[in-house]
Amino acid sequence: MIALERRRQPSRVWTWAAPLAAVVLTMILGGAMFAALGVAPLEAIRTIFWDPLFNPQFASYSRPQLLVKAGPLILIAIGLSLGFRAGIWNIGAEGQYIMGAICGAGAGLAFYPASSVLIFPMMVLAGALGGWAWAMIPAILKTRFGTNEILVSLMLVYVAESILASVSSGLLRNPDGMGFPGSRNLREWGSAANNELIADTGMHWGVVAAFVAVILTYVLLTRHIQGFNIRLSGEAPRAARFSGVSPARVVIFCLGTAGALAGLAGFFEVSGPAGQISIDFNSGYGFTAIIVAFLGRLHPVGILLAGLLMALTYIGGELAQLMLGVPGASIQLFQGMLLFCLLGVDVFTNYRLRLSRGETA
Amino acid sequence: MNRRTLLASAAILAAAPAFAQDDPVKAGFIYVGPIGDGGWTYEHNQARLAVEEHFGDAVETVYQESVPEGADAVRAITQMALSGADIIFTTSFGYMDPTMEVAAKFPDVKFEHATGYKTADNVSTYSARFYEGRAIQGHIAGSMTETNKIGYIASFPIPEVIRGINSAYLHASKVNPDVEFSVVWAYTWFDPAKEADAARALIENGNDVILQHTDSTAPQAAAQEAGDVITFGQASDMAEYKPQPRVSSIIDDWAPYYIDRVQAVIDGTWESQQVWHGIDEGMVEIGEITDAVPEEVREEALALKEEIASGEYHPFTGPINRQDGSAWLAEGETADDGTLLGMDFYVEGLTGEIPN
Repeated sequence: MIALERRRQPSRVWTWAAPLAAVVLTMILGGAMFAALGVAPLEAIRTIFWDPLFNPQFASYSRPQLLVKAGPLILIAIGLSLGFRAGIWNIGAEGQYIMGAICGAGAGLAFYPASSVLIFPMMVLAGALGGWAWAMIPAILKTRFGTNEILVSLMLVYVAESILASVSSGLLRNPDGMGFPGSRNLREWGSAANNELIADTGMHWGVVAAFVAVILTYVLLTRHIQGFNIRLSGEAPRAARFSGVSPARVVIFCLGTAGALAGLAGFFEVSGPAGQISIDFNSGYGFTAIIVAFLGRLHPVGILLAGLLMALTYIGGELAQLMLGVPGASIQLFQGMLLFCLLGVDVFTNYRLRLSRGETA
Repeated sequence: MNRRTLLASAAILAAAPAFAQDDPVKAGFIYVGPIGDGGWTYEHNQARLAVEEHFGDAVETVYQESVPEGADAVRAITQMALSGADIIFTTSFGYMDPTMEVAAKFPDVKFEHATGYKTADNVSTYSARFYEGRAIQGHIAGSMTETNKIGYIASFPIPEVIRGINSAYLHASKVNPDVEFSVVWAYTWFDPAKEADAARALIENGNDVILQHTDSTAPQAAAQEAGDVITFGQASDMAEYKPQPRVSSIIDDWAPYYIDRVQAVIDGTWESQQVWHGIDEGMVEIGEITDAVPEEVREEALALKEEIASGEYHPFTGPINRQDGSAWLAEGETADDGTLLGMDFYVEGLTGEIPN
C-alpha cells in the first residue's frame, strides 16, 4: 500500500522541483482538456508556451509584453512575500494597487498641464505613499486592536474600487472627455508619461522597479537583520519574541512595504500601459500576485521566474484564443490547474511517498 | 490583337482570379464579455456568425472574448492586427483609447469602435440609438406598474446609459405622472451575481418593473423567482423569459452593419465615418410584446415605435427641463445629437444623483 511519511526536514530537491513538476503536470492535464475541446493538444500547449517567445509573427511584439505583464505581478508579489514569510496575510494588494494609481495620477493631474522633470518623481512618491497609507489601515488595526488583517485588507479592496469609480466619474474625470468617465490620458502628457525607456523592449519604469525590488529583497532576506527578523517571526514566533523582535514592528514593516510596492505598481501601470484612471482600471493584478508569490516559493528569484511564467500563460492564452479559437474560460481553467498542481505536488516537499506491503499494515 | 496585348490581357486575367483568391479578408472582433452572456456580446457574436455565413470562404473571422478594458485591450487588439486581420471591431466603449493607440500603429488595418467618439483615418465609430427603444420600454413600464415604482439596473455613468434612463423615465412619466425611478449603479457590464442582487434588492423595495442596462439574464431570473414583476430583454431578446417577466425587449442587430463594412473592405471603399442608427435602419429592434401586456398598451407601444421609425416623433422633444429645474428643450424643440452623445445630466423628475 501507499503511505505518506512526513520528512524530518522539507526536501531541498522538491522545493525547487515541485514548481517544474507542476508545470509539466499542468501541460499534460491542460493538453487533455484542450483535446476534449477538440483542439490539438500539442498545438495548444505550443501556442501558450512557445509562440509568445518564438513565433515569427508575434514574438517581436509579445516578448516585450511579457515584461509589461510580469512587471506589476512581480513588484506586488515581492511585497506580499515579505508578509507571507512572517505570517502576515495581506490579501488586499489589489486595493493598495488602486490607491497607488489614484494618488499618483491625482498628484500629477493637479499640476496639469505644467511641464517639469519634477512631476514624474513626485507622482512616483505619491503612488507609493497612497499604497502605503492604504496598507497602514489593516496594519494599525491589527497592532492596536488585534483585528484580522486578512478580512480588513480584503474588504478595503472593495472600498478602493468604489473610490476608483467615484474619482473616475468625478474628481479626476477628463474635462475634455465629453462627459465620459475616465481621467486624462497620462501618456499624452510628457511630464507624467511612463513610456518605454528603450523602444519596443517593454521596459518601463515599473519593470525597472520590479527588478530593483527583487535584488533589494534578496539582500534584505539574506544579509539584513530585518530580513532575519521577518523569517524568524514566521517560522518561530515565540523564539522571535524572546530574541526581542517586536511583532507590531514586523507587521507595520511588512504591510507597509507590500502596500508601497503595490502602490508603485499601480502608479506605473496607470501612467504607462493603462494610460488613464478609469472605472475598471484594476484587472486583478493584486490577486494574481498572491499566486505568483506562492508559485515563486516566496523567494525573490522564484517570484521573478513565477511572474514571467504567469505572464506567459496570460499572453500565450490570448494567442491560443485568437489562433485556435479556444474559449476564454479554458485559459482561466488552465491557470487554475497550474496552481492546483503546484499545491498538489507540494505535498512531496514535506512528505515522502512510501510503498509498503499490505501485510505489514 | 497583337501578341503584346494578348499577353497583357492574359496577365490581367491571371491576376484577377489570383487577387480574388488572395488570402480571405480577415475580420476580428474584441468582446468585453463572454460570447455566452445572452446579451450584448452574444449579439455581437451572432453578427460575426452572420458575417461568416454571408461571405462564406471569402471572409475569415477571429474573436477574443472577455477582454478587460485598459492595458490588456491594447495587447489583444495589437495581436489581432499582427495575426493579419484587415478589419477589427472593438465592441465596447472602454476600448476607445486602446483602439486609437493600436490604429495609429497599423495604418493599413481598418478599425470600427462601438459607442465611442474618437475617429481617425482608419477608425470609424458606430452605435445604435438605444434610447429609441427605451422610450417604448418606458411607455409600457409606466402603463403597467402598479406600485408606481420602477427599478433600473445601470452599468456605468456614461452618456449612453444616462440617455437610456432619461428616455425611459420621460415616457413612463408621460403615461403615469406618479412614477418613480430607483437607479442602481452596478459598475459592471456583466456580473450575474451582482446583477441578480441588484434586482432582488429593487424588488424587495417594491419596484414591480425592472429595467436593466447590464448584459446578463440574471435580473430576468430574479424577477421570475419573485413573480408579478415585469422586465425587458436587454441587447438580446432573452426570449426564454417570455411571456413574463420579460414582456418585450430591445435587440441590437449588428449583422447588417458588419456585413456592410466587411464588404467595403473587400471592395476597397472603406472610409472613416461615424454612424448612429436606430429603429428605422434596423440596428435597434423591439422584441415581441407578449400577451402579459394589455392590448391597448401594446398598440400604443407599436404606434410609438412607428412614429419614432418614421422620424415623426423624437423621444427627446421639449418641453424638457434638467433635473435642477433649468430649461433644456423648449416646447417642440428636439435634442441635437451632440448633446445626446455627451449627455451627463438627468431630466427633471428623476431623483438621486449621477455618481461623480
